[in-house]
Amino acid sequence: MNDSSTEISKKSDAERLQIRKERLALLRRNKAFTIGIAVLGFWTLCAIFGKYFTPFKADEQNFEFVSISPNGTYWFGTDANGQDVFSRVIVGSRLILVMSFAATILGTLAGTSIGLITGYFKGWFDIIVMRLLEAISSIPAIIIALLAVAAIEGQSPTITVFIIAFVFTPNIARTVRAAVLAEAEFEYVAAARLRTERTPHILFKEILPNVMPPIIVEFTVRLGYAIFAIATLSFLGAGVEYGSPNWGTQISENWAQIFNNQWWPTAFPAIAIATLAVSVNLISDGLLEVFEI
Amino acid sequence: MKSFLAKRLGLSVLTVGLAAIIVFFMTHVLPGDVARQSLGRQATPEDVAAFNKLYGLDQPILNQLFRWIKELLSGNLGVSMSTSRPVSVTLIPALGYSARLAAVAFVLIVPLSIAGGIIAAMNRGKKIDRAITVGGLSAAVIPEFVWAVVLLLLFGVVFQIFPISAMPDEGAGGFLQSIWHLLLPSIALFLVLFGYIARITRAGVIEALDSDYMRTAVLKGYSRRKAVTNHVLRNAMLPTIAVVASQIPYLIGGLVAVEIVFNYRGFGTVLLTAVGGRDYAVLQSGVILTSVVIVVFQLIADVLFAVLNPRIRQRISE
Repeated sequence: MNDSSTEISKKSDAERLQIRKERLALLRRNKAFTIGIAVLGFWTLCAIFGKYFTPFKADEQNFEFVSISPNGTYWFGTDANGQDVFSRVIVGSRLILVMSFAATILGTLAGTSIGLITGYFKGWFDIIVMRLLEAISSIPAIIIALLAVAAIEGQSPTITVFIIAFVFTPNIARTVRAAVLAEAEFEYVAAARLRTERTPHILFKEILPNVMPPIIVEFTVRLGYAIFAIATLSFLGAGVEYGSPNWGTQISENWAQIFNNQWWPTAFPAIAIATLAVSVNLISDGLLEVFEI
Repeated sequence: MKSFLAKRLGLSVLTVGLAAIIVFFMTHVLPGDVARQSLGRQATPEDVAAFNKLYGLDQPILNQLFRWIKELLSGNLGVSMSTSRPVSVTLIPALGYSARLAAVAFVLIVPLSIAGGIIAAMNRGKKIDRAITVGGLSAAVIPEFVWAVVLLLLFGVVFQIFPISAMPDEGAGGFLQSIWHLLLPSIALFLVLFGYIARITRAGVIEALDSDYMRTAVLKGYSRRKAVTNHVLRNAMLPTIAVVASQIPYLIGGLVAVEIVFNYRGFGTVLLTAVGGRDYAVLQSGVILTSVVIVVFQLIADVLFAVLNPRIRQRISE
């Protein structure tokens, strides 16, 4: 089926493998990217195995040791509920990582499908969908999320994940649509159409592999935003259960203590959010450089 | 130019209209009973029925939508479900406060980010360029509330340079005093937006520096300084205007968390209180006003963009 006409501007498998190898080598030499991967890897390990090696249980309250400053036993001190801040920071990586990855994957799947379809078919469907997406993005993500959290009875991380995915879909759809519009001009698409390939085949087998670079970059950018949004929502007390070990919630429960000079229950989760967010940013920056877009 | 304006204005109205419909359906169609959420679990069926009648929730859904939009168009933002006072009484003063904070932040963000972008571009590849681009974007991905509590801890509590509340003390008014109180929250917003704007300005300046007209200017004997101010900046400003406009939603979204930390009675605080009290009347109107503000800024940016760009200006007048 792979006749020569499809090779006109579509890269052969061997060529593609070669490009992939070169890109990997470039990434490995990129210092910022490597640091980003290391930090994200550290937090991922904490999210998976953290609860097995923390010195204390994350939700264990010890009222004899309330608001103790950092020391040999309580490395990051304890909060006003007598909970070990270090253990809560380690275990707290879990919820935010799971939620932001899930939201970004869902948003990317939805956005990519919409982008492929609207970019390929154009016409009235494209116009209507793009107007709707424009309307959604005329409202700040945090505010849409707050509205949805208020409207839905009973908050849960699952609902929050769907809301964030919904809010991100327009951005991803727009990126994919622009790439598809450019790609659809190439002869390999016309050739596939002449071979009377079915539309899903053309969209997902022919065009999709060629628009992967912008999708991968957009995925990492959105992952950063997801961390940003989920941390903010949990700080605002929306979307996750109160009291769960979660960096945003931890800060919202403890930040008022900074006026009593008890900085540690706030500062350590703040540093954790910062390192996670920056690590994802370094990764997307590295990818952006290598893909040259 | 007239038809361009008319078309752009039409699109803006359409966007806000669609946003209103989306917001309406989010509050009415998503699982969750408005009356139960507002009145609490102990409410009797009679209470619920009375509440529904009062707010017109017993009407068919499309009638509710049309009535809401009609009221909005005539300037009526509805009645708060928790205080029973007009929504405008709480929302409008709060918007004023937020506008003040956003204005101070804006005055801080735009010139400094543009300056940062220009400095980075003129020193391309050097350490200062890396510091501005990598540092700026790293700061930008850290949420506003994290910056807000860290800034408050460092400069409000430890070093005690800035006041810990964004509201000026009662009685001690004065314009400068209120700006002084808004400075620390503005820095939190600045840190999140600096990186994006600086990066786009940098790219615009670099593109202009590498252009043919720049080479011509240099060959004609212009000094570098004159060439940069006359040719580069004007061209580099276009993408900057677009990116500044695109950051407005993030600035407004960031207000919510920053206002909470700095105890500021702005729009974000009102919105969050409405979320807590399930006050849909305040929420719906608040969110639509946000959409209007954002779309208006986008419109201004588009028109400015067209006016400053001779290529687009010509295409419009043809």
